[in-house]
Amino acid sequence: MDEILFFVAGIAAVVAAAGTVFLRNPFYAVLSLVVHLLSLSLLFLLLYAPFVAVVQVMVYVGAVMVLYVFVNAYVGGGTEPQGGGAPTLRAFSYAIGVTLIATIGIAVLGSGLQVIDGSGPENIRASFGSPAEIGELLLTKFLLPFEAASFLLLVAAIGAVVLARRRRGTLPGEDRMVAALDLLAPTGTGSMREGVGAINPTPGGFSSRITPSQGPSSPPGERDGDGDDGDAR
Amino acid sequence: MSTGWYLAVSAIVFAIGAAGVATRRNPLLILVCLELMLNAGNLAIVAFARQHGTTEGHVFALVVMVVAAAEVVVGLGIVVAMYRNRVPVDVDELRELHG
Repeated sequence: MDEILFFVAGIAAVVAAAGTVFLRNPFYAVLSLVVHLLSLSLLFLLLYAPFVAVVQVMVYVGAVMVLYVFVNAYVGGGTEPQGGGAPTLRAFSYAIGVTLIATIGIAVLGSGLQVIDGSGPENIRASFGSPAEIGELLLTKFLLPFEAASFLLLVAAIGAVVLARRRRGTLPGEDRMVAALDLLAPTGTGSMREGVGAINPTPGGFSSRITPSQGPSSPPGERDGDGDDGDAR
Repeated sequence: MSTGWYLAVSAIVFAIGAAGVATRRNPLLILVCLELMLNAGNLAIVAFARQHGTTEGHVFALVVMVVAAAEVVVGLGIVVAMYRNRVPVDVDELRELHG
């Protein structure tokens, strides 16, 4: 049973990886990567790594692949240009891949390590690779890498926002947002805020004492564009 | 299954990913091929963890996944920025990265 599952998942992983590299359409390439990741998670299950397998499905297939598909749809791109002037470079690149596989294959097959012919301990303990065991390791032995990983994720999230941010205010066709309060309390309705000059200031009134107005309908000129950029550059 | 079989699959996938990184021109697909290579490494790590019967390798694999996710996020941010700034999304055409 193990062998059948291994060969099914392994062949699927290799074929899907090849599809990822050779398919012209970027969308199909990304979908092929999804198949590859799913079959890889099956291999993880065969290796008694249930938690890693579940994380693989949730993080990669669930989150990262959605990101890929959305960016792919956003950028568009269509099919890659075929060839493009440097066929020798292309052939050279494939030659690199073939050389790499030959090198690693020789290293694995000709390895003097006797252990890789076996599959490790026969009756493995039930808690092997369980979330409890991994969590305990993460919070005791690997606490520093764990915190470093969380910090790395934070930096990556902020970096992505900074990189993909819109640079120069709003786009031409885009109106600035209208606050809900503008619609609920138009000027001239006699509200208390209007009385103290927070909205619709009158010359000579209290407005001179009010510090720069925070009201929803402050006079134009005090707020720039959409109000969130301006000083961001 | 012996560990050698898993290592063979890992080696094949790694080589395929390396060839993809070298041949692809769309930066998005280069990132996809990088994912292939990272996952091949992960498979080898988990196979060795099974062999030794210790869970430490799984922690290592999880950290690799975190690093891969961070790399993907920043890489896709750069791709979106390229698209916004009307730079052709093609590594052959990409010659400057300022701005």
